[in-house]
Amino acid sequence: MTAEAGPPLLEVRGLGKRFGGFVALEGIDLTIAKGERLGLIGPNGSGKSTLVNCLTGTLHNETGSIHFEGKDLRGLIAHERTRLGLARSFQLPKPFHSMSLADNVRIPLLYTVNARQRHALSDAQIDERCQELLSHVNLADKARRRPRDLTQVEMRKLELARAVATQPTLLFADEAMAGLSHSEIEEILAVLLRLNEEGITIVLIEHIMSAVMSFSTRLMVLVAGHKIADGPPQEAIRNPEVERAYLGE
Amino acid sequence: MRVSNSLFWVLIVAVGTVFVVASRLTITNEYFYFAGYVVLEYIVLSTAWNILGGYTGYTNFGTGAFFAAGAYSAAVLHKLPATLHKTFDITMAPVPLPVMIVAGGLVSGLMGLGTGYLTLRLRGVFFAIATLAFTIVVQTLIVNWDYVGGSRGIYIIRPANAPLGGGYIQYLFSLMTLLAVVSVGIARTIERSRFGLGLNSIRDDELAAEASGVPTLRMKLISTALSGALMGMAGAPLPYYVTYLDPASSFNLAYAVNSVAMPVIGGMQSWIGPVIGSILLGTIQQLATVTISSALNLLIVGVLLILFVVIAPNGIVGLVQAWRRREA
Ligand SMILES: Nc1ncnc2c1ncn2[C@@H]1O[C@H](COP(=O)(O)OP(=O)(O)OP(=O)(O)O)[C@@H](O)[C@H]1O
Ligand SMILES: [Mg+2]
Repeated sequence: MTAEAGPPLLEVRGLGKRFGGFVALEGIDLTIAKGERLGLIGPNGSGKSTLVNCLTGTLHNETGSIHFEGKDLRGLIAHERTRLGLARSFQLPKPFHSMSLADNVRIPLLYTVNARQRHALSDAQIDERCQELLSHVNLADKARRRPRDLTQVEMRKLELARAVATQPTLLFADEAMAGLSHSEIEEILAVLLRLNEEGITIVLIEHIMSAVMSFSTRLMVLVAGHKIADGPPQEAIRNPEVERAYLGE
Repeated sequence: MRVSNSLFWVLIVAVGTVFVVASRLTITNEYFYFAGYVVLEYIVLSTAWNILGGYTGYTNFGTGAFFAAGAYSAAVLHKLPATLHKTFDITMAPVPLPVMIVAGGLVSGLMGLGTGYLTLRLRGVFFAIATLAFTIVVQTLIVNWDYVGGSRGIYIIRPANAPLGGGYIQYLFSLMTLLAVVSVGIARTIERSRFGLGLNSIRDDELAAEASGVPTLRMKLISTALSGALMGMAGAPLPYYVTYLDPASSFNLAYAVNSVAMPVIGGMQSWIGPVIGSILLGTIQQLATVTISSALNLLIVGVLLILFVVIAPNGIVGLVQAWRRREA
């Protein structure tokens, strides 16, 4: 990758988040360049989802600064950040239960893509996009079904499709693969790789190490709310601190 | 069959007009208009409630406050010419009822916006409790406001002449029919719109809605303001209907309970649910009032509400849909 001119895609400085007296994140510095595939790993409860929540505006971080494409995100609430190009899937899928799968992906098309563009998509174009988005995760034939008819795996795919529907610049995939079979993991990885080739920068949060290692161009490790490693994947996992955190001494 | 929005508006305006004209031509018994007015009023209230409660997913127990605010706005406007004359020697024509309705809608709409702003960060049961508390606050203010009679209440003398021919109660009946038509039209328009789909996403999952770009706070505020405004409009004719307005009756618990129960029993997913619920429950209550006693009304509503919540949480509309699916 050639060196980029201008500001990095995302620049986080000294980010901290507390829940009452509990320090969930502290002093997080993170720079992400356009086009990267960043793997984010860490033991349960280390603060990975909390970091995503703070970056996308679902939670409010008390300290630190976040710049996205050079723009300070302070004071911007979640939907404004989504419209700027930050998208996320939720670790526990949060589908819109009362709606068809097509309407689930229609919401971001109406409220993010159309809100962003000068020329709004027509109803026909939106219908077409919905079908396309669902077919990328093999859900096209269930477009008119409700989320309750889906398996857990399909629910994760819908979650991902809905995040992708916002046409993000930076996508956080929070454990999109938990519970999936080997072939399904391959399937999701292929989807993510294709999105990345199309120019979307991706942060993959995942416990399945083989998936993270094959996907990531860079790896960041969080332990107990602190960043303990950040670099090329093979180096990061051989870091003694990381080994200690993972193997427990 | 898909009915377009404009066709639907034409249809309900036609239904409303035929309904008013036909009843004027065939029914002379005043009781019909008194009872019909109440049922129509409930169509407005429950339809208004459903915009926030059904589409957006926020349970409002404060219908009484929005409704009474409309009624008291009208009472203030009713007294205004006399007050101006007495204190400033200014002559002012009596305010026509349609103007009072618009004013009541504005006051309650603003009230909806204000409460929304203060309480919409609360979720679920906490929001519901806040609206209940809000009713108590508004009622306390009215009870201590002497200009509109305080706790004693205030007598309102109806204008001598009713527009549109017929008696005053017929006039009130016609206006309430119009309000019912307008509310149902608005509700259905929202339901079929992008805005309505956005409200549904808030009801389903607010965090996911935000993450999908839905400006949830702004949309909830529009929803509360609109819902409150329609409730206030339904309340504005009340002084002329009862001719004696007091806090006890205008803040009656029945408004809050019915405007929740009617959409729940009819079905909250679609505009037709609150309409069915209002006609059904409203008629049952009117019949119970004349045959047994009005004391039974809330009991009937309560029992039906429990039955539906337990057995058919999607209301009558949900039952019909399930039955149709089985037939198909
Ligand atoms: N809303 C909240 N209120 C209080 N504590 C919270 C909240 N959200 C997260 N926490 C706590 O913050 C810590 C970090 O949680 P987080 O969900 O970010 O971990 P994670 O790295 O995503 O873990 P996992 O791998 O299990 O998903 C945990 O101890 C969790 O209990
Ligand atoms: Mg997590």
